[in-house]
Amino acid sequence: MTQTRTATPEDPAKVAAFEARIAAVESIEPNDWMPEKYRRQLVRMMSQHAHSEIVGMLPEGNWITRAPSLRRKISLIAKVQDEAGHGLYIYCGAETLGVDRAELIGQLLDGTAKYSSIFNYPTLSWADIGVIGWFVDGAAIVNQTILAKASYGPYARAMIRVCKEENFHKRQGYEIVATLANGTPAQKAMVQDAVDRWWWPSLMMFGPSDTDSPNTAELIRWKVKRKTNDELRQRFVNLTVPQAMAVNLTLPDPDMTFNAETENWEFGAIDWDEFNQVIRGNGPCNRERLEARRKAHDEGAWVREAANAYAAKQRASQASEAA
Amino acid sequence: MASTITNQELVKEHPSASTAVAEQASALPSDEWPLWEVFTQSEQGAPHEHAGSLHAVDAGQALQNARDVYARRGGVISLWVVPGGAITASTPGDSGPFFDPGADKAYRHPQFYKVPRGVRGV
Repeated sequence: MTQTRTATPEDPAKVAAFEARIAAVESIEPNDWMPEKYRRQLVRMMSQHAHSEIVGMLPEGNWITRAPSLRRKISLIAKVQDEAGHGLYIYCGAETLGVDRAELIGQLLDGTAKYSSIFNYPTLSWADIGVIGWFVDGAAIVNQTILAKASYGPYARAMIRVCKEENFHKRQGYEIVATLANGTPAQKAMVQDAVDRWWWPSLMMFGPSDTDSPNTAELIRWKVKRKTNDELRQRFVNLTVPQAMAVNLTLPDPDMTFNAETENWEFGAIDWDEFNQVIRGNGPCNRERLEARRKAHDEGAWVREAANAYAAKQRASQASEAA
Repeated sequence: MASTITNQELVKEHPSASTAVAEQASALPSDEWPLWEVFTQSEQGAPHEHAGSLHAVDAGQALQNARDVYARRGGVISLWVVPGGAITASTPGDSGPFFDPGADKAYRHPQFYKVPRGVRGV
């Protein structure tokens, strides 16, 4: 927080040198000079990303006690634990930009920070856990693989770490989906229902269309983002359509057609009104998610206080021994 | 594994230089747990490399948290935790002259020296 924040125009020579480094695909590191806007964009992106990892634990945690077998249960516990770790990696990266984690978490808890819209949908059946691993983690991998080449070093390095761990998430999800899809008619109906509910929200995870994304141009220019929202969304669709066919599940989009020329699966119109409603706090579970986070934070207060008191006591006894 | 930390070279001669991390540590409110930088060793004989940071009340808790966050998936045989404020780093502005390898100093390279024809192992 000691980084100076001035409203005065930035030194054009410094801006030019920075842009030249970006053009040369150099990694920008915490102590390097950077335009204030670059710093702000990164704090915004990284904190939203970290919050998403933390809030993302909630819909899945909902099913840990009801996992259908021990094998499924240990996988799910490990996955939810990973999401906590991913949140911590990214918060730590964001802190190198001169903000502190407590401040960012405060913004999440008081409702001023955003997180991924996808986690405001409910997990109604066990099949949702499979479909989340397949779609939501699949979409996150598409996104994060590219973010691992972001120009800001600490963000890129956190993404490399996350990507290494994330592949198991997608595979465990797809295994659940494939098992149910080959199961009884009731199991197959359950997983098809989950696919129907999660498909469109998963496409919205990539954010607004390029024609309507206020931040994209600048983020691409600074090589924070290396591909646009629509490019990433298309890549996800192209990967997922054959995976759905392989397990005889139908994606709920009657307009989905293969364009032999571009080799893209072209999909129907996304309901951006729904996306905007969820982003503005009016999704099915926004309030519930924040309440659960606040409850966990408040009920953990005694642990933080006890750790502080213990550390103070240790310091005092060491000081008296030394005296 | 992150290959390098920025400015991790400890340069005592540059007291004015400090990492962003160290700056934060001193600016944190007093009830915020201090920041620790975490270094992990992936195998016997390998160097410790910067992995990331975390908050903890003391060194013992920092080690435990580092194990949970950075060694949860194995691949780590040793951990260091260092108070963020204890790291002094070179400044980016130094990168030119400070690390100038003196490539123009030919006498720093073995090719500068003549060895009689036929002599081996020199």
